[in-house]
Amino acid sequence: MAAVRLDLGDDERVRRRDGSAVLRMTEVEAADLVLDPSDPVTGERADERMILNMGPAHPSTHGVLRLLLEMEGETVLRSKPIIGYLHTGMEKTGENLTFLQGPTNVTRMDYASPLFSELVFALATEQLLGIEVPERATWIRMLMCELNRVASHLLFQATNGMDLGAVSMMIYGWREREEVLRFFEKVTGLRMNHNYIRPGGVAADLSDGWQDDVRHLLDIIPPRLDEYEVLLNDQPIFRARLQGVGVLAPAEALALSATGPILRATGYDWDLRRDEPYLAYDRVDFDVVVGTCGDAFDRFAVRLEEIRQSLHIVEQILDLLPDGDYRTQDKKVTPPPRARIDESMEALIHHFKIFTEGFHVPEGEVYAAVESPRGELGCYLVSDGGPKPYRMHIRGPSFANLQTLPHLMHGRLVADAVAVISSVDPIMGEVDR
Amino acid sequence: MSETDVATEAHEDAPVASTALFGQAVLYPDRGAYLATVESLRDEGYCTATDLTIVDYLTHPGRSGLPGGVQPERFEVVVGLFDHARRERVRLRIQVPADDPTVPSLFDLFPGTEAMEREAWDLFGVSFEGHPDHSRILLPEDWVGHPLRKDEGIGAIPVQFKSASDRR
Amino acid sequence: MARVPILGDISGVLDEGLEGLEHNFVTARIEDLVKWSRARSCWPATFGLACCAIEMMATGAAHYDLARYGMEVFRASPRQADLMIVAGRVSQKMAPVLRQIYDQMMEPKWVISMGVCASSGGMFNNYAIVQGVDQVVPVDVYAPGCPPGPETLMHAILTLHDKILTGELTSRREQTGAGAGFDLADFPAPEPPAPEPEEAP
Repeated sequence: MAAVRLDLGDDERVRRRDGSAVLRMTEVEAADLVLDPSDPVTGERADERMILNMGPAHPSTHGVLRLLLEMEGETVLRSKPIIGYLHTGMEKTGENLTFLQGPTNVTRMDYASPLFSELVFALATEQLLGIEVPERATWIRMLMCELNRVASHLLFQATNGMDLGAVSMMIYGWREREEVLRFFEKVTGLRMNHNYIRPGGVAADLSDGWQDDVRHLLDIIPPRLDEYEVLLNDQPIFRARLQGVGVLAPAEALALSATGPILRATGYDWDLRRDEPYLAYDRVDFDVVVGTCGDAFDRFAVRLEEIRQSLHIVEQILDLLPDGDYRTQDKKVTPPPRARIDESMEALIHHFKIFTEGFHVPEGEVYAAVESPRGELGCYLVSDGGPKPYRMHIRGPSFANLQTLPHLMHGRLVADAVAVISSVDPIMGEVDR
Repeated sequence: MSETDVATEAHEDAPVASTALFGQAVLYPDRGAYLATVESLRDEGYCTATDLTIVDYLTHPGRSGLPGGVQPERFEVVVGLFDHARRERVRLRIQVPADDPTVPSLFDLFPGTEAMEREAWDLFGVSFEGHPDHSRILLPEDWVGHPLRKDEGIGAIPVQFKSASDRR
Repeated sequence: MARVPILGDISGVLDEGLEGLEHNFVTARIEDLVKWSRARSCWPATFGLACCAIEMMATGAAHYDLARYGMEVFRASPRQADLMIVAGRVSQKMAPVLRQIYDQMMEPKWVISMGVCASSGGMFNNYAIVQGVDQVVPVDVYAPGCPPGPETLMHAILTLHDKILTGELTSRREQTGAGAGFDLADFPAPEPPAPEPEEAP
């Protein structure tokens, strides 16, 4: 394939990086800010300039995100996202939990799409272990992850609509999400934070009659997506609030390490499912949805269409899912079935060792990445040969995507700030970890 | 193999590139050659920096897998770059000694590393020269210590059994 | 005048407010009315922090409707809210913000601690998470779960309604919660791991 070199226009990158969009001030400095009226640059309208604090307890900041907005009248000049209000020390906790307990920890990072975090941790662990996961487990993982992508994008549609004032969208989005969560509860036992995808496979096989449940989802969701298009896309106020707002260029997005729908909405065609296939994505057929101009409306439309593509993948999985084991049969990694413990001493010992000490993972380091609904979700895992990770670092896509916020809000009205944050769709759990 | 050849040719001063594990190319440049290596990789087509993090090898100093000629130090800065056109990743591991925990900042080459380097400073105490905003990002600004270092404990407290008030 | 028909002895009203009234069957009915209306329109403040916030939003959505209790209006301003549902893990950086929002709410106010992270620190017993939000604000109802499903949250809300309906009308809350009485000095931190001696690589 011919190498596509991006023309990274120097002046554009430099312009955005010279501090013209990002406010680099501590809180104390911002609070004590006194503008000098005689200053040629800032002085002109010094009496109209102020630094406004937005959040962390704010209905529209999508969790505990705090923003310092330097404003002149209603226009946002520079801004600074302040994060850390949900810092949970999960990477330190990960060093104290065994590899089997790891998914319970990482699943709570991106709580809108928890199965992806579990998946990337399991993929990294399996690479270090050097084990092969059975076909059926791979396809089950793919099915659950694509349904989770649908649920996460529906959450985005709901919160995006609510932030812009279409409050009924909140109720509609949750109506569909409940259907998907009902399926998850049936299969994994939990509505959220499932701890279902574990190193070696999945925790349990799909429930009986799962094909009917999935077909039910495939029947009811697409017509309702059409309803959303009528409710939102065709509505002039919704369009006016999103079109042209928060425009991002592809070169900027790449320079700022943004990935996922934000990058695809700029017109850059990049999706890890197609370009660095994992699981069985090279055996299903789907389109990568790409936007045109990188504004907030494109980000909204890309995610809406991605729901349809995910449902298309789910439809194919319905036919292609093979029979077999749902987790690897390697006795050192997979706990034995509970009934076996009564019969076999060896099974009892394995159960004991796996659940108290944990299975040992050979020394090494690996980076695994998947395409989560927010972008490239990566896991850098270092093992020292013991039962617990030596270092577990999760590359949260929202952490990098948030760096685009000041550039998206630069020069826009403060009312657009809400639309912009909502279109970036950050989940603060994976930002702060 | 193509990726190794490309990598070693372009960086004569970076020590051995090892296609270490699982088909992932890893480079081990010196701290002094770090910026030049990243710049030449960027010019080659590695258009985005996916990740920048730090590993503290205090309690695992005898790690294997380092190629000969690379002196292991306490901290390792791990940078991931991605070449979209050729669909290739490369990982750089830079050794940073404990008595001088400083590395140059990648901000001028990849502005997306700004938040990642701030997080690294916050949690590990490794500073990045040339970073535009060297401050804590995840922990409160007045926090003392760098929690993810291996010599800092997790900070767990024993479970407290509180008696809830009966007063309505 | 000390005695008023129906209301009884009102001499203490100026000093003690409603507590200065002599209780009789009329004032009891008024109190019941007040408590009933407080329970039936308890407006929550938006304080969703993490995963529990998603389940709180699901409880407010159409399937597990909170509007049946009159609680679907989540007020953004704490001045207009009666109930703070702390949904999610409270980090050390967030704790002062939590207390400030709580202080800005006006009496009568209640707190539901939703989820295990808010109730006791949950699975995160580490440097970053406050081990129970009752170290910062006084809590009325604790809802366990990780995250508690909408049914659990509704059970917690109904428990709170029960508490409102049967509790004292003019009760004023303690300023601190049940968990705030401990001193960190009583819990010495365990020794951090000693670094291994340098081995030759």
